[in-house]
Amino acid sequence: MLPAVSNKSFGLFFSAGFLLAALTGAIGLGWLREPRQYRTDPPISAALEGFRLMPNAIGGAPPEVYFALGKPYEGTAYDLSQGKRLYSWFGCASCHGEGEGGAGPAFLDGWWLYGPSMVSIVASIRDGRPHDMPAFRDKMTIDQIWQLAGYVKSIGAYSAKLTAPSRNDAPQTRPAENRAPAAILFNEGSASVHPDQGPSP
Amino acid sequence: MKAARAALPISMLLSGCGGIQSALDPQGHSAILLRDLILVIVAICSLVWLAVMIVLVWALLRRRDREPGDGQGSDRGMRIWVSGAVAATVLIISGLTIGSFYTTRGLNGAKNPDVTIRVRAQQWWWQFIYEDTDPARNFQTANELHIPVGKEVRVRLESVDVIHSFWVPSLAGKLDLIPGRENVLTFRAERSGVYRGQCAEFCGLQHSHMAFFIIAESEESYRQWAGAQRQSGAEPVEAETSAGKAVFAARQCAACHTIRGTAAAGTTGPDLTHIGSRRTIAAGLLENTRGSLAAWIADPQTLKPGNNMPIVPLSSDELRQLSAYMESLK
Repeated sequence: MLPAVSNKSFGLFFSAGFLLAALTGAIGLGWLREPRQYRTDPPISAALEGFRLMPNAIGGAPPEVYFALGKPYEGTAYDLSQGKRLYSWFGCASCHGEGEGGAGPAFLDGWWLYGPSMVSIVASIRDGRPHDMPAFRDKMTIDQIWQLAGYVKSIGAYSAKLTAPSRNDAPQTRPAENRAPAAILFNEGSASVHPDQGPSP
Repeated sequence: MKAARAALPISMLLSGCGGIQSALDPQGHSAILLRDLILVIVAICSLVWLAVMIVLVWALLRRRDREPGDGQGSDRGMRIWVSGAVAATVLIISGLTIGSFYTTRGLNGAKNPDVTIRVRAQQWWWQFIYEDTDPARNFQTANELHIPVGKEVRVRLESVDVIHSFWVPSLAGKLDLIPGRENVLTFRAERSGVYRGQCAEFCGLQHSHMAFFIIAESEESYRQWAGAQRQSGAEPVEAETSAGKAVFAARQCAACHTIRGTAAAGTTGPDLTHIGSRRTIAAGLLENTRGSLAAWIADPQTLKPGNNMPIVPLSSDELRQLSAYMESLK
């Protein structure tokens, strides 16, 4: 039989236990911190180049290495932030605005001309598309293109994301990237935007 | 031997008092004013501290001859002491406040600077744009500032991303660079020399590798330098360097960097028109040699993790040609 524990020592044990649990929790949270991949190994870059595209250049299969890495470019805050920087550095906004479109198509209307898959977006950026979408093959490295594609995809997201890129310094023209910016337009349906493509997206 | 070992920490401490980056060895007008102010404040405060300690020790050690509360005389003496101490405190604090006010006002004295430079800090390097009344004569450089000695230099401080801080301990500063606004600092180097500056506001992963150099030189050599910087990038003469130029234009380099006189006109990264003339690369990280240029181009993410230059896949020949071209851009 265990000896009876007095009230006083119970309090002591409780406080010590609570402190230990809090400490373990804090260390655990620090341990779970999302690692950042600053340097893409050249073999991985080369593999990222090797996705397979359907003959009509819409959709396809990402390279094996993308899954092995855990699909970083859609999910990690660092890659999304870098994608957001690339979006402004490479002048995407001059045709696509903050996603509302302009000379180029919108990302917010829930309609992806070449499908919503990462491979299609990467191919659009890398190789260009008809109607004046330039190819960025010689301007960006392939891992930058994947980062940018992940960011572009997050502008058109219609369900909220856990990860967010950095905030805007300028006033927002649409909900932030992690708050499903396309949801409003998507829920309304894009029939008015693309009447030729059917009644709803 | 023992003495030498004992002296080592002291000499290491004192090495902070001189050299190219020290507020205690000022070579610029504002830094000298600030050094004088802090010396006066430290001297007066030390005297006050010493006086307080002496009185305290005296109070602890003095013999208590008389009974407490006996006689009017000690009460009057106490009143004189306390009023004297209060008067001294008021005088000293107002004196230091006034001294500090006039020193601070003297820091930004000049109305008409001789040179105006726009500073755009970004993670993690310094962009310096020399402004001329004729915009065609503007030019820019990175992480290296040349100024004429004895002249008023005005820096217009801006930030592209987060808050940085401009600090050249031997000359001037510090003053923050804040996104969305412009801060202005005017300073003057009294003696020619090379001074090191450093970002003084934590700005991210590579904050400690965000240094720059100020080269204060005679009016004449400054004019010569500025004239050379206004020229377009040197045209390659050797086969290797002209191959390097072709690699630069064909690959991702040209999308972020400018070399005036060529098609390369990117604005995201530092202007490389005269990179060969600079002392260091990557914001004071490496000495500027052909070897370090090649190392940087081959793998910037290992040398300075998290910076915004990606690894551009190059063959060994291309890397050699490119670094030769960079070195030739004097």
